[in-house]
Amino acid sequence: MVSEITYLEASRLALAEEMRRDPDVWALGEDLGQGGVFGQYAGLAEEFGSGRIADTPISEATIMGAAVGAALVGTRPVIEMRFADFALCAVDELVNQAAKNRFMFGSQGRVPLVVRQPSGMWRSSAAQHSQSLEAWYAHIPGLVVVCPATPADNYGLLKSAIRCDDPVVYMEHKGLWQTTGPVSEASDPIPLGKARMVREGRDITLVTWSAMVRAAQDAAVLLEAQAGPSVEIIDLRTIYPWDRKTVFASARRTGRVLVVHEAVAVAGFGAEIIATVAEELNVRVSRFGAPRVPVPYAPPLEEMIRITPEKIAGAAWRLMEERRETSSTNHNKQSE
Amino acid sequence: MQKMNFDATLILEAYRTMWRIRAFEEAAEKALDDGKVSGAVHLSIGQEAIAAGICAHLTAKDVITTTHRGHGHTIAKGASPAAMMSELFGRADGVCGGMGGSMHIADFSVGMLGANGVVAAGLPIAVGAAHAFKLRSEAGRVAVAFFGDGAINRGPFLEALNWAQVFELPVLFVCEDNGFSATTRTRTVTAGPGPSERAKSIGIPAARVDGNDVAAVLALGLDLLALIRQGAGPQFLHADTYRLKGHTAVDSAPYRPASEVEERWRDDPIVRCTDLLQTHGIDYARLAGIEQDARSEMTEAVHSAECALWPKPERLWRDVQDVGAPTAW
Repeated sequence: MVSEITYLEASRLALAEEMRRDPDVWALGEDLGQGGVFGQYAGLAEEFGSGRIADTPISEATIMGAAVGAALVGTRPVIEMRFADFALCAVDELVNQAAKNRFMFGSQGRVPLVVRQPSGMWRSSAAQHSQSLEAWYAHIPGLVVVCPATPADNYGLLKSAIRCDDPVVYMEHKGLWQTTGPVSEASDPIPLGKARMVREGRDITLVTWSAMVRAAQDAAVLLEAQAGPSVEIIDLRTIYPWDRKTVFASARRTGRVLVVHEAVAVAGFGAEIIATVAEELNVRVSRFGAPRVPVPYAPPLEEMIRITPEKIAGAAWRLMEERRETSSTNHNKQSE
Repeated sequence: MQKMNFDATLILEAYRTMWRIRAFEEAAEKALDDGKVSGAVHLSIGQEAIAAGICAHLTAKDVITTTHRGHGHTIAKGASPAAMMSELFGRADGVCGGMGGSMHIADFSVGMLGANGVVAAGLPIAVGAAHAFKLRSEAGRVAVAFFGDGAINRGPFLEALNWAQVFELPVLFVCEDNGFSATTRTRTVTAGPGPSERAKSIGIPAARVDGNDVAAVLALGLDLLALIRQGAGPQFLHADTYRLKGHTAVDSAPYRPASEVEERWRDDPIVRCTDLLQTHGIDYARLAGIEQDARSEMTEAVHSAECALWPKPERLWRDVQDVGAPTAW
């Protein structure tokens, strides 16, 4: 049955279905018994009990570390970090323990855990509740990094993440919780590592993910109205491994690649995509992300660093007009 | 101090375990000196009684986590010293395929869930395994976390103890108090009365034992593990010991007087156990035979490790991850 549900409900539905399917799947984190800080777990404790929907102390390191131990003895924990920013208290457990376990112990064990890290700017949440840190985890061998953009993807990708035997960093965007879209109940998982073609176009390939997919779609419409370039949009969905095949095929067609992300542009994942494309294809490339400043509280300043459709359209125009020699005007270039 | 009836079989078995640990580590130390082992090696020489005394009461279904100083626990838990030695040599037939070395030694097949390069990192992992045992109603299975006195100053120590107590988990926390946080005396960087009091402050019963008295460790370990298996929740054991070697095998430990170390050698848990067994009429020749067997086993382990093959280059790409697995440079 297809129904129109929110991004938040989609994740709850996926988790509930996976917990019904596999008794080894369980969730742990702060306030889960109360439904979780955003309500993503509402009703699950009633159905599955407080053992499988476990309320934990505010102990991020041990939430993550305990999940590693629980995964090693055969369970499949889904960990809630509340905010991606708080997962930084558990970086040892994720990066040194979960990600390395299989390799450094010579394949003796697997760590099939999912760590949910709600990400991104949301209602003046300021510097410690707004970050987009997907590039950090993409850098770490052993981790899979997923950033769903739609309710259907949050349903299908969460299912795949739970079934995956690798540790998966699963970054839902807080600004998307209440967005709606069609989701088919009891439908198949969406494979990890496979991008989604959001919109076809001729002149420029816009590679993006998470909340920026909507902004990119609006930018494409804006550009159309401005008699600008015809924009192709690829929603990467999985940041690592990223779908090079789809991006390269599109880049060959359009000859231009613009990567857009909400994260800080410097050393963001856009840099990796652009470098890879530039090494292999003779196409024009650019990336567009936030300036290298913490997320400010004051709404007008927060707005200043938000990646909007208008700004994306501007970046697309610059890439259309730019010649390689003049690329020093690149918006993201730091002043000397 | 806990008293138990003298159980010659149990103590002799622990004695054999201690000798196997000692012989393994002395052989590893020599291999390091000879340039045959390349990475960091942290020796537990002088601390063997704790590993031997606790693991004597564990089965392969029970799990342990340990530290960078984890050879002893791994041997005591039942891993093959030959496969461990090959691991130190970085060889393909090492217990971790040569991918981990001394600091990341593990043998999941006997419930040894890993040594760890990060201080206190093993506690949450042990707690998580115990949490899964409880979640799946696997009554009787326990998890043991071995850690040093340095670990009590890390956040995960507090978090893991609190967690275990809140969820009433089947975990034994074993603090091997050797007096040193790497090369600094722990007491100079630690406030308050120490490990046991920290455990008690969150309601976990704590016992203290002379960690160089294997009979005492065996006795107390038996009681604590029985309590845990009966569902009494987490227990804490503070075992006093001394690290007779440096922080790593190449640390000559100039930060402590030679006289102190000399005096501590007189408290060597193996010598004490030898005396104890002789007092109870065990023939010295039999005890010397146990030492000899252990040394022969480890000489053979070194020999087989030297002859073993390096991991194949393709091993580099294996076991990173399923999704997005690397295939080449």
